[in-house]
Amino acid sequence: MSVQKTQQLPLGGRVKDTWRQMKESWIAYVLIAPFMICFCIFIVGPVLSATVLSFTSYDSIQPPVFTGLNNFIKMFTKDVVLMKFVIPNTLLFAVVVGPIGYALQFGLAWMINKAPRKMKKPYIMAIYAPSIAGGVLISVVWQVFFSSDRLGYLNDILLNLGVINTPVAWTQDKNWLLPIMMLVTLWSSMGVGFLSLFAGMQNVDEQLYEAGKIDGIQSPLLELFYITIPSMKPQMLFSAVMAIVNALKSGSIGVQLSGQNPTPNYAGQLIQSHIEDYGFARFELGYATALSFMLLVVTYILSRVCFRFLGTKEGE
Amino acid sequence: MQTMQTRKIPFRRKLRLGLNHFVYSLRHARLSTVIILIFLTVIALISLLPIVYVICNAFKPLEELFVYPPQFFVRNPTMQNFTDFMYAADVSTVPFSRYLFNSVTVTLVTTALAIVFSLCCAYAFSKLKFPGQKGLFQMITVALMFSPEAVVITRYLIVNSLNIIDTFWAHILPHLALPMGVFLIKQFMDQVPGSLCEAAKIDGANEIRILWSIITPAVLPAVGAVLIIAFQNVWGDMTTSTLYTVSESMKTLPYFVSSLTSGLTASSVARKGATAAAGLLMLLPNFIIFAVLQKSMIETMVTSGIK
Repeated sequence: MSVQKTQQLPLGGRVKDTWRQMKESWIAYVLIAPFMICFCIFIVGPVLSATVLSFTSYDSIQPPVFTGLNNFIKMFTKDVVLMKFVIPNTLLFAVVVGPIGYALQFGLAWMINKAPRKMKKPYIMAIYAPSIAGGVLISVVWQVFFSSDRLGYLNDILLNLGVINTPVAWTQDKNWLLPIMMLVTLWSSMGVGFLSLFAGMQNVDEQLYEAGKIDGIQSPLLELFYITIPSMKPQMLFSAVMAIVNALKSGSIGVQLSGQNPTPNYAGQLIQSHIEDYGFARFELGYATALSFMLLVVTYILSRVCFRFLGTKEGE
Repeated sequence: MQTMQTRKIPFRRKLRLGLNHFVYSLRHARLSTVIILIFLTVIALISLLPIVYVICNAFKPLEELFVYPPQFFVRNPTMQNFTDFMYAADVSTVPFSRYLFNSVTVTLVTTALAIVFSLCCAYAFSKLKFPGQKGLFQMITVALMFSPEAVVITRYLIVNSLNIIDTFWAHILPHLALPMGVFLIKQFMDQVPGSLCEAAKIDGANEIRILWSIITPAVLPAVGAVLIIAFQNVWGDMTTSTLYTVSESMKTLPYFVSSLTSGLTASSVARKGATAAAGLLMLLPNFIIFAVLQKSMIETMVTSGIK
């Protein structure tokens, strides 16, 4: 109603109209204010200031000096560690934890959905549990599991089987650190996104399946592609976003497992630890925020890709 | 305590019924279902294994922790480890109880405030109309993929410039804006018919009253889900302790636990049991909350989709 009116009004009138609407709905602004203030300070603020600082040279003592694209040029030309270790590691890690983790979540949710009704809950609980144990627990649990002496479980098992002759320092070994990081992250990644997939699958209309059967869809795989997936696109999008976040969040897992930053031989160095290394150890804050900025841009592009594939189009 | 006792017997029976059901359904299931069940059971065991392991280690006496070959299950459970890490903390400058107090205070305040903020904000986005609504909500949806880890440095600079370093506020404020909370509650609230609010408005109720006595009871499952997420977010978070606080007496439990693990070298092996005990202590509240609220969590996730 008011939309039609605003289209006919001249600009001044439109501004006035909006102002009137804003005054009328003051209560809404009061209600969103507490969240929005915190949101702006602790989420929008850091992103914007990272954007600005990434074009400067800043060491936290002297005021920042504008240096144009220098940080980005340095990133691509001078930072050998970034090019040689961090980017390949991060890409490999992201591909395994992101898409493969996502596929795993989807597969498990689908299987649980096929399980007898009373069995679903225990499985959900068991598979979700590790994500509760995230953070500090990861190092408590896994450091000992991969412990470097004979008392480490993995070493003990492999020694008994005769696969290895001497205990291996798993988390200090440059060949093993990255695979271990992936394994541990996958283990703890069955969180909110996984639950969302499961809930979405549960909620697909039974009638659709029956209709599908009449139309000749018989194999469970066809059912999955023609009925289940199209009906749960929104949940799939949500959990895809969660998968991206998870892949980013776990960036410092290598440091947690190996107990040092930089990780041994940069084997587990992900972009996250690289940023912290530059920011908090070398105090090159301008360069570190430039890295953050690139990370944010990549994340944003990835999520746009997900929205593109899984977003619900108009009229769907 | 009372609930624990009254639940104990039904749980056993439940377990037995569950097992019977399992065997029954295995006998009558198709081959594909059996394969799926076996696979799921293996995965479930793998994912539970490390947690069971922490629980076992927490109750192992010293000689069992260092027996060779290592034993997985505990034989003579003891509480020794729990008293141990409390003494371990006594050796450092701050007693264990201080970390616990800090953690509990910070977690309670932050979780409560984050829920209230999310609820109010979600109500405005779901049931009210105001200029800028669409754009702001889109911003929140984009922020779902925001991870604080990405901008750790500028976040530090902002906390620093707010002059809240080394106070409780440094633990609390950064966690209050929870885009996921607003998003989940809003999506859930969209299902509550607007006619309910209209009716209340005609009866003369104001927005705050409608939110409190009509909407909130209707979206309790979503509130439960956000409680789980907000709680996990704060309780296990170590960044606020390592970056935003300086003095030992302002740090929280995760920091303490990780300071136990970081010394997990040959010299401080004696802490192995204590670390597991402390880890178990960190894990327990998460488990209890999830076990209690898991139904509302799954209910909420049905509406979690992004359209």
